Amino acid sequence: MSEHSATRNQPGLVQRFMRDTELDTRLLGMLGALALIWVGFHVYGALSNGFGAFLTPRNLWNLSVQTASIGIMACGMVLVIITRHIDLSVGSVLGFCAVIMGITQVWFLPKLVGLEHWSIWIIACVVGMVAGTLVGAIHGWLIAYLSIPAFIVTLGGLLVWRGAAFLITRGETISPLDSTFKLLGGGPNGAVGATGSWIVGIIAAIAVVAMIIMGRARRKRFDFRLRPIWAEWFIGIISVGAVVGAVLLVNAYPWPTGIVRRYAAANDIEIPEGGLFISHGFAIPVLILLAVIVVMTVVMNRTRFGRYVYAIGGNPEAAALAGINTRWMTVKIFALMGFLTGLSAVVASARLGSATNALGTLDELYVIAAAVIGGTSLSGGVGTIYGAVLGAFVMQSLQTGMVLIGFDAAVQQVVVGGVLVLAVYLDNLYRRSSK
Amino acid sequence: MSSKTNTGTPLIDMRDICISFGGVHAVDHVSVDLYPGEVVGLLGHNGAGKSTLIKILSGAYKMDSGEIYVNGERADIRSPRDARRYNIETIYQTLALADNLDAASNLFLGRELTSPLGLVDDDAMESEARKIMARLNPNFQKFKDPVSALSGGQRQSVAIARAVYFNAQILIMDEPTAALGPHETQMVSELITQLKAEGIGIFLISHDIHDVMELCDRASVMKNGKLVGTVDVADVTDDDLLSMIILGKQPGKAA
Ligand SMILES: Nc1ncnc2c1ncn2[C@@H]1O[C@H](COP(=O)(O)OP(=O)(O)OP(=O)(O)O)[C@@H](O)[C@H]1O
Ligand SMILES: [Mg+2]
Repeated sequence: MSEHSATRNQPGLVQRFMRDTELDTRLLGMLGALALIWVGFHVYGALSNGFGAFLTPRNLWNLSVQTASIGIMACGMVLVIITRHIDLSVGSVLGFCAVIMGITQVWFLPKLVGLEHWSIWIIACVVGMVAGTLVGAIHGWLIAYLSIPAFIVTLGGLLVWRGAAFLITRGETISPLDSTFKLLGGGPNGAVGATGSWIVGIIAAIAVVAMIIMGRARRKRFDFRLRPIWAEWFIGIISVGAVVGAVLLVNAYPWPTGIVRRYAAANDIEIPEGGLFISHGFAIPVLILLAVIVVMTVVMNRTRFGRYVYAIGGNPEAAALAGINTRWMTVKIFALMGFLTGLSAVVASARLGSATNALGTLDELYVIAAAVIGGTSLSGGVGTIYGAVLGAFVMQSLQTGMVLIGFDAAVQQVVVGGVLVLAVYLDNLYRRSSK
Repeated sequence: MSSKTNTGTPLIDMRDICISFGGVHAVDHVSVDLYPGEVVGLLGHNGAGKSTLIKILSGAYKMDSGEIYVNGERADIRSPRDARRYNIETIYQTLALADNLDAASNLFLGRELTSPLGLVDDDAMESEARKIMARLNPNFQKFKDPVSALSGGQRQSVAIARAVYFNAQILIMDEPTAALGPHETQMVSELITQLKAEGIGIFLISHDIHDVMELCDRASVMKNGKLVGTVDVADVTDDDLLSMIILGKQPGKAA
C-alpha cells in the first residue's frame, strides 16, 4: 500500500514536503488504497450499469454504519496482536454478549421495571459490556497464568461461547429489543441529525487545531525542531477540511420519504412542495466508533499501559526486566478486547433489532484481517489504531462495492481473501524499503 | 583502594546463593559482597554462572536458597521492581531493550515521565535522554528511530544510559563494553571511575582481564557455578587471575 508515496514530482521536493509535514507515509498509502477502491467501484458501476452508486452520500453513510461493529473490535485486536497473541473468539463472544443483553431487556427487565422503561437500555449495555470484559479476562488469565497459548484458549472460546449463546436462547431469536437500545445501531432515528453533526464537527475541528497548537508549544518548551509554519497550516486546513467534508456528506443523506411522512404526521408538520429534506447526520454507532478510536489512540500513544503493550510486543523479556507485570498486562489486554467486543455487540444487535445466537459469526476473521490489513504485524510490536480502523473500512468497502455491482457471495469471499494476502505482502515490501 | 579499607557495612552482601535449572547447578553456594565506591569484577568462563548470579540480585531470577543483604539489612528481592527499589540498576548482557521503541522510551521503560494529567510525556523523556546520551555517546543522534535501527554499540549506550540515569547506588554491568568501539569503551571506563568516586558500588562482569586489572578493586572468580575465590586485584597478576579462571584454583593457596 505504498504506491501512493511515489508521486510524479521531483523527489527532492516530495521528500522535503514529507519531512516538513511529518506525514505518515503508511497512513497516506492506506488512504490512497481506500480512495482507489472507492473510485474504482464507482467508475466500474458507472461504466457497466450506467450508474455509479458508490460515491453517493447514501452508500458512504451506510458504509460507515456497517464498518462500526468490526472497527470497534479491530481497535482491541490491535493490542492483542501487538503483544504476539491472537483472539479467535471475538465473533462468538459478540454473539454471547448480544444474547445476554437480549434476554436482559426482553425476558428480565420488563418484569422488573416495566416494558420500554428509560433505564432498560443502560442496564442492558452495562450487562453486555461487563459480560464481554469478564469473558476476555478469563481468556487472558488462562493465557497468562496457565501458559496456554492464546490460539488454543480463544479457539476453545470460539466454540464455548457460541455454544453457550445457543444454550441460553435454545436457538430462539430474542426480540423485540428496547426501542432506545435500537437507536444505538443507527438508522434514520439512530443518527444525530444536521445540527448534531455540525456540533460534533465543530468540536472535532477545535480539537484538531488545539492539538496542533499544543504540540507546537510542547516542542518549543524543549527546543526541539519545529514544523515550518506553512506545514502546520497545511495539516490544520486538511484536517479541518476533512471534518467539514464528513459533516457535509452525512448531512447530504436525507431520510427516506416514508419515514419523513410518518414523522411529519406525528409532529403536525406540513410537508412542503418537493418534499421535506431531513438529514441523517452521523449515525450513533459511527460516533461510538469515533469515540473508541480517540480513546484507544490516546491509550496507545500517551499512557503507560499503551507503552507497555508495545514494549511487550517488542521484547517480552525486556519488558519483564523493566518491571512490567507482563502477565497482568495480558489479562488486562484481553479484558479490554472483551469490553470492546461487548460494545460491538451493542451496535450489532441494536442494528439488527434482535439478538440471535448466530450474531457475529465469522467476525473474528474480519476483525483480524482488518488489523492485519491496517499494518499490525503478527510478529508483534507494530500496529496502530487508525490503521486497524482503515483496514476495517477497506474490507467493508470491498464488500459493499461488490454487492453494489452485483458480485455474488462466493466471488466476494475470493476477493476479500486475496486482498488480505496481497495487503500483507505490500506491507512487507513497504517495511523493507523504509528500513 | 583494596578490601583492606573496606570496613563497615557492605552495600551488597550475597550469602550462600544457590539456583539450579532442571538439575544444572548454575550457581552453587556462592557468596560475594560489594562496598560503597568499590568495583568488584566477576570473572569466569562461558557458562560459569556469572549472569545468573547477578540476575538473582536484579530480581530477574528467584534463588533457590541463600540470603541477600542490602546496606546490612535482609532484602527480599522477588522482581525487577524490588531491585529498582533498592537502587540496584542493571545493564544486562542481552541489553534487554524493546527493539520497536525509541531510545527515550527504552530509557524510561517502566518509569515513564508523565504530565500532570498522568499521560506519558515523550518530549520530556526525549529531552532527558538527549542530556544523558550527550554524556555517554556524544555522537548519538538517532532519537526518533526504534532501537532496532541502531548499531550494536549504540544499543549498548542506550542500555548503559538507562542504568546510569536513575541514580543507582548499586550498578550491575554484564559485559557492558562487548560491542563498543575503543573510544566508547574508554568513555565507559571513565564513567565507571567517576561513578566509583561518587560512592556507587559496581559489579562488573568482563572477559577482558586488562579491563578488570585496570578498573576493579577486587575480583571474584566463578567456575561451573562455584566460587573459586575473591582476590584483591592489587595483590595478583594477570596470570594469577587467568589460572583461577582456567584451573579453578586460588593463587598462593595450597591446592
Ligand atoms: N534460564 C535458564 N534456563 C536454563 N538454564 C540456564 C538458564 N540461565 C542460565 N542457565 C544455565 O546456567 C549456566 C550459567 O549460565 P550464565 O548465563 O550465568 O553463564 P555466564 O557465566 O554468564 O556465561 P557467559 O560468559 O557466556 O555470559 C549455564 O550452564 C546455562 O546454560
Ligand atoms: Mg553471561
